[in-house]
Amino acid sequence: MIDTRKIKLTVNGRACEREVETRMTLADFLRHELDLTGTHVGCEHGVCGVCTVLINDISVRACLMLAVQAHGKAITTVEGLANPDGTLNGLQQAFREHHALQCGFCTPGMLTTLTEFLAHNSDPSEAEIRLAISGNICRCTGYQSIVAATLHAAKALREGKS
Amino acid sequence: MKPPRFVYHDPTSVAEAVDLLNRLDNALLLAGGQSLMPMLNFRVAAPDHLIDLNNIAALSYIDMQDKGRSRFGAMTRQRDLELSADVARTFPILQEALCHIGHRQTRNRGTFGGSLCHLDPSAELVNMTVLHDGLLQTANRSASRTIAASQWVQGVMTSALEPGELLTGIELTAWPTGHGFAFEEFARRHGDFALAMVGCLIVMGAAGTIERAALCVSGLGPGPVRLAAAERLLVGQKPSHQAFRAAAVEAEALDAIDDAYVKATYRKHLARVLTYRSLQRAVAGAARRAA
Repeated sequence: MIDTRKIKLTVNGRACEREVETRMTLADFLRHELDLTGTHVGCEHGVCGVCTVLINDISVRACLMLAVQAHGKAITTVEGLANPDGTLNGLQQAFREHHALQCGFCTPGMLTTLTEFLAHNSDPSEAEIRLAISGNICRCTGYQSIVAATLHAAKALREGKS
Repeated sequence: MKPPRFVYHDPTSVAEAVDLLNRLDNALLLAGGQSLMPMLNFRVAAPDHLIDLNNIAALSYIDMQDKGRSRFGAMTRQRDLELSADVARTFPILQEALCHIGHRQTRNRGTFGGSLCHLDPSAELVNMTVLHDGLLQTANRSASRTIAASQWVQGVMTSALEPGELLTGIELTAWPTGHGFAFEEFARRHGDFALAMVGCLIVMGAAGTIERAALCVSGLGPGPVRLAAAERLLVGQKPSHQAFRAAAVEAEALDAIDDAYVKATYRKHLARVLTYRSLQRAVAGAARRAA
């Protein structure tokens, strides 16, 4: 027997409704049902952090949640971070300027994680940033530039430049 | 991999959840999902029915009305404990311990009760519950009961819960304002499962002697162990190398598990070092607050 449910949710500001198999993870739902392939899938057991998305502005592992559990929630994926006109937001721009991505696989998880982090801490120290991304693995080991980009983005946000 | 097929249930009350748990064969309860979801993804767990507790609002609360004993709903998120100013004031050691649980993203979902029921030998919240002489409230079809934290761990990843029984809440005993505290653990990477950990609470008396002490060691066996002899020994003593060392030696004498990566002797060594360190730090903090 295939157990399915109809779910309604908002993804990056757009309402959507789908019939899903209840065992489908939120990460697979975003990628395969909504074609939002910006959310990556790495380890599928909550260690690597690439599938991190925001649910009602709180960061979670999309591989450790079922799509049915997102019913009624507002999801933000990496596709939803840019400014309304499509230009990169402050954090994304800082990532670009500081070369904070090499292969780019970890980037969606880094950006969503840091979005939540910066919303609560507008003047973070380097150590706080490192702790915030401790649950996100970058195999190109580009942490130095990611931290630099985040410090820069936080400063720009404080000065109202983005 | 992907979760195997199951039938999903999302009850909105404890009674409904207990009824489903008793009625359905091969059913598992889903709390925050930070342990069970990986097990489903790997197909280590293959339930026919999955009972999701996330829609039971009554299981999520922090109740600190009673000064001596605080109550927490089983589905209270780890992150909510971490961010609560009341929890930080009354249980400062909880804050320290919570920071070692996974990462922010997992604490945003992970729950107090989920950690107690999954019962990883290195679970920080199980250590904290035993350290604070916790009481665990459960519900079943006909009755509810209270289980002492010391009776909770029955074996490796096996709690005192009976079939059809659901953990609903946790009660912790608060220590007096100004008590000293320290949580020490050693893990190979931040957020990883610890090889050993020690929770320590201290109350200092006016004469500069230790008035009350609690020491709880995890990671060596299936569950946390209170160093009862050391706790008794410390009371009435002035803090000293000899006193701390005697307590640390009791930690080292505990039985420890041997696995492919970590030898029992190493875990025991860690227990000794971390016990000593936690005492040093807890006593220093208590003395500072008393002064």
